[in-house]
Amino acid sequence: MRRRTTPAAGVTALLLLTGCGAADMTEQASPFAHARGAKTVTLSVQSWVGAQANVAVARYLLEHELGHRVDTVQIDEVPAWDALSQGRVDAILEDWGHPEQEQRYVEDRKTIVNGGDLGVTGHIGWFVPTYFAKRHPDVTDWKNLDKYAEEFRTPESGGKGQLMDGSPSYVTNDEALVRNLKLDYKVVFAGSEAAQITQIKQFAQEEKPFLTYWYTPQWLFEKVPMTEVKLPPYEEGCDADPEKVACAYPHTPLQKYLNADFAENGGEAADFLRKFRWTTEDQNEVSLMIAEQKLSPEEAARKWVAGHESTWRKWLP
Amino acid sequence: MATITTAAPRAGLPGVLGHRALRKLLVLALVAAVLVPFAAARWASGSWPEGLTVDVSGPLGGASDWIIDNRDSHPLFLYFFGHVSNVVVIAVRAVYLALLAVGWAGVTAVAALVAWRAAGLRLALGTGAAFLACGLLGMWVPTLQTLALMVVAVAASVAVGALLGFAAGLSDRTHRALRPVLDTMQVLPAFAYLLPVVLVFGIGVPAAVLATVVYAAPPMARLTALGLRGADKEVLEAVESLGATARQRLLTARVPLARKELLLGLNQTIMMALSMAVIASVIGAGGLGDRVYQALASVDVGAALTAGIPIVLLAVVLDRVTGAAGARLGQAPAPNSRALWAYAVAAAVAVTVAGRLAGRPEWPDGWVVGIAEPVNRAVDWMTAHLYSGVPVVGGTADWAGRFTTWVLDPLRDGLQWLPWWAVLLLVAAPAWLIGTWRTALTAVLAMAATGVLGVWKPSLDTLSQVLAAVAVTLVLGFATGIAAARSDRFERLLRPVLDVCQTMPQFVYLIPVVALFGVGRAPAVAAAIVYALPAVVRITAQGLRQVDPAALESARSLGATGGQQLRQIQLPLARPALLLAVNQGVVLVLAVVIIGGLVGGGALGYDVVFGLAQGDLATGLTAGAAIVCLGLMLDRVTQPTGRRTEEGA
Repeated sequence: MRRRTTPAAGVTALLLLTGCGAADMTEQASPFAHARGAKTVTLSVQSWVGAQANVAVARYLLEHELGHRVDTVQIDEVPAWDALSQGRVDAILEDWGHPEQEQRYVEDRKTIVNGGDLGVTGHIGWFVPTYFAKRHPDVTDWKNLDKYAEEFRTPESGGKGQLMDGSPSYVTNDEALVRNLKLDYKVVFAGSEAAQITQIKQFAQEEKPFLTYWYTPQWLFEKVPMTEVKLPPYEEGCDADPEKVACAYPHTPLQKYLNADFAENGGEAADFLRKFRWTTEDQNEVSLMIAEQKLSPEEAARKWVAGHESTWRKWLP
Repeated sequence: MATITTAAPRAGLPGVLGHRALRKLLVLALVAAVLVPFAAARWASGSWPEGLTVDVSGPLGGASDWIIDNRDSHPLFLYFFGHVSNVVVIAVRAVYLALLAVGWAGVTAVAALVAWRAAGLRLALGTGAAFLACGLLGMWVPTLQTLALMVVAVAASVAVGALLGFAAGLSDRTHRALRPVLDTMQVLPAFAYLLPVVLVFGIGVPAAVLATVVYAAPPMARLTALGLRGADKEVLEAVESLGATARQRLLTARVPLARKELLLGLNQTIMMALSMAVIASVIGAGGLGDRVYQALASVDVGAALTAGIPIVLLAVVLDRVTGAAGARLGQAPAPNSRALWAYAVAAAVAVTVAGRLAGRPEWPDGWVVGIAEPVNRAVDWMTAHLYSGVPVVGGTADWAGRFTTWVLDPLRDGLQWLPWWAVLLLVAAPAWLIGTWRTALTAVLAMAATGVLGVWKPSLDTLSQVLAAVAVTLVLGFATGIAAARSDRFERLLRPVLDVCQTMPQFVYLIPVVALFGVGRAPAVAAAIVYALPAVVRITAQGLRQVDPAALESARSLGATGGQQLRQIQLPLARPALLLAVNQGVVLVLAVVIIGGLVGGGALGYDVVFGLAQGDLATGLTAGAAIVCLGLMLDRVTQPTGRRTEEGA
């Protein structure tokens, strides 16, 4: 008897503790938000540095020009959508296109709204280091890749050439591409962007050849110049079936997304985030300061803000 | 001497049959001879047969969609999970605001004074210094966030663990039923079950706290049960003869007698919770772990270390203070202990008030020492000079390449080439030899489950990485452990190094290992070795030191050399400790090899990362379940019978 009452007692205690009403799972901010009664905005940061740059500048301006407190949460792209829908974060500043999530949250559930263009256009592709492309100009066409498979081999790629992919959270068709283009390559996932960058830098230091999944805008191009390998051209809809993809990646104008409730009641902060719009060069400038000069994101943002007042004045409400 | 006694029965045939291990192997061979031809004929051998897999991706995908669609409306979420989540958020917030209100001076003073009363003056000074160091590193606010999270998570773990422990301590049936559950909870690599928690609670603090509780509650439960069961029979009888009721007996005799175990349980729980603080940052827990994780994104080892050091400091301080408090239990309290506590409280209040009156309670911005830059320079120098082209020995990249080609590849290919039933037999044999038929059965079923889940090949890939890492860990660990057992000086020097390796978040050294070993399985193995080594060294050294001095003395008097003593006396007598070291090494290695999915380790670890990143329950949870099965299998295969009472971190 006693044993059976224990769980029941636990549940009862819990109900008493929390009041007996329904608890809305959609309205739970971080416990660290709004400390000392400040107006807090929570931004999601993805793991690439460009996303850090957006957030750093938005954060700096929100804090210094609009008097908000800003919390950041690092999460991967898809969980970020989920978190945005639940109100755990207020905004995603850089989205590379997630049609499934857009359908679910923006169209069907209306818990997320589009926050407009970021102003930066993103493009994913396959890249070889420019020092290698200069020596072998024909490597930049996918049809000749097999010829160089030997040179791109590593212990991990098991006899084939290595195509290095990054974080599993990134948008990629590479395995299908290798299969459908019948290339003598194996996709090796670095597992995180940090690991991928570290490896690329090590390769570059010795001028070794490598083939990697990479994307623009990206600060690393300033350090390790890379040349894109031409894949069969992208046409609207050629990547509709993930199994049959055999074409290049599109050019994507990156989007911002806001939590619907925040967009409506977020006041100045929501206004500001909607107007936030800068260029690839701006973003790279900040990214490079963070990743290469190892400035803290805050310092990098301060430097950029000091030199570009005409750009950000327009974002303020 | 041990060699003589074991050599004797090998003489004749009856001796062979009498040898239990051989008998077990014979039975196993017999079973195999009957079953294997049947299995091989029914399901073509080679890799795991298609016919024996169950595709769970459909239902899992459905479950995931159902949760997302019903999370805001279904009563289960509104009236249960929602409240759980709210309670966690409110509790963490309350602690966090309280810490903020007390201010940095107050928090440091309170911590130091509590340490003073619980553990003595030296640890009080250490505690104060540790907190100030967190501030000096510019990590004051994240440290408070982590502390708030830890306070709530540890409190919940202790409550859950103590409840389970009481149930198990008071009833034999519950004890038996609970044991496998706790075993499983403990070998679960935390990384594997983040995904389901996130799906239900969303990212953030509630999910992180609950994941931590699953991980940190088992040691508390185990040690509570152990303490209650171990209570002195005579004392209990005496209390009973005085006519005490069951409840009185529990509260006045059994619980106080179990104080030591309870405190040890608290200590273990705190350590496990702290190690989870960083992993939980993957799901948005905030605090120090988040700083480490964000620093990783910009490949900034210095910044990661800046956030990692406070975690190490907190862990060391909490470990030492609770440890010392446990050692003090049972000693007669100081005569004026009450008065001293009163002084301590008064001093804490005074410092807090003074701190608030003096101005801002936040850590002053100017008092920050940047260590990120020199650390990064050192790491850059190291990786630039060691990566390749080192004369004679070759660079680390060459080693990694050779290790991958000559060790990891053959191991993986060999395991994947073996027929599936042969793998199962290979699992059964050692499990049965070391343990009972039950452990062998669990191990075989766990291994088979990975096949049923349809991830046989990646599981064997992960297994090959674990085996390679464990082999290296054991060679290094035993050698270092033996050295530490023989020299007090060496052990003292080693202790802080081991502390740091064990408590430093694994994320901090993921980037340096990539810089040294390139992307792939080699860095994952290297990181696993760094993480598992301290436990192996510690257990080995402790085991060797506990060898009966009389046996050693007699050997010495017979003129045995140091090497002979070690081989013939110390190592055989320390066998249980060595087996435990193997077991702990295996479990710890598995936990990190999986995180190696973040640096190109591939296999199951990658699938978990993929599942988390893409919110893909089918892939992530299948891989997670397979990891759990692998963990169970490895634990059983290496688990000496009667280990149960021992606890490892």
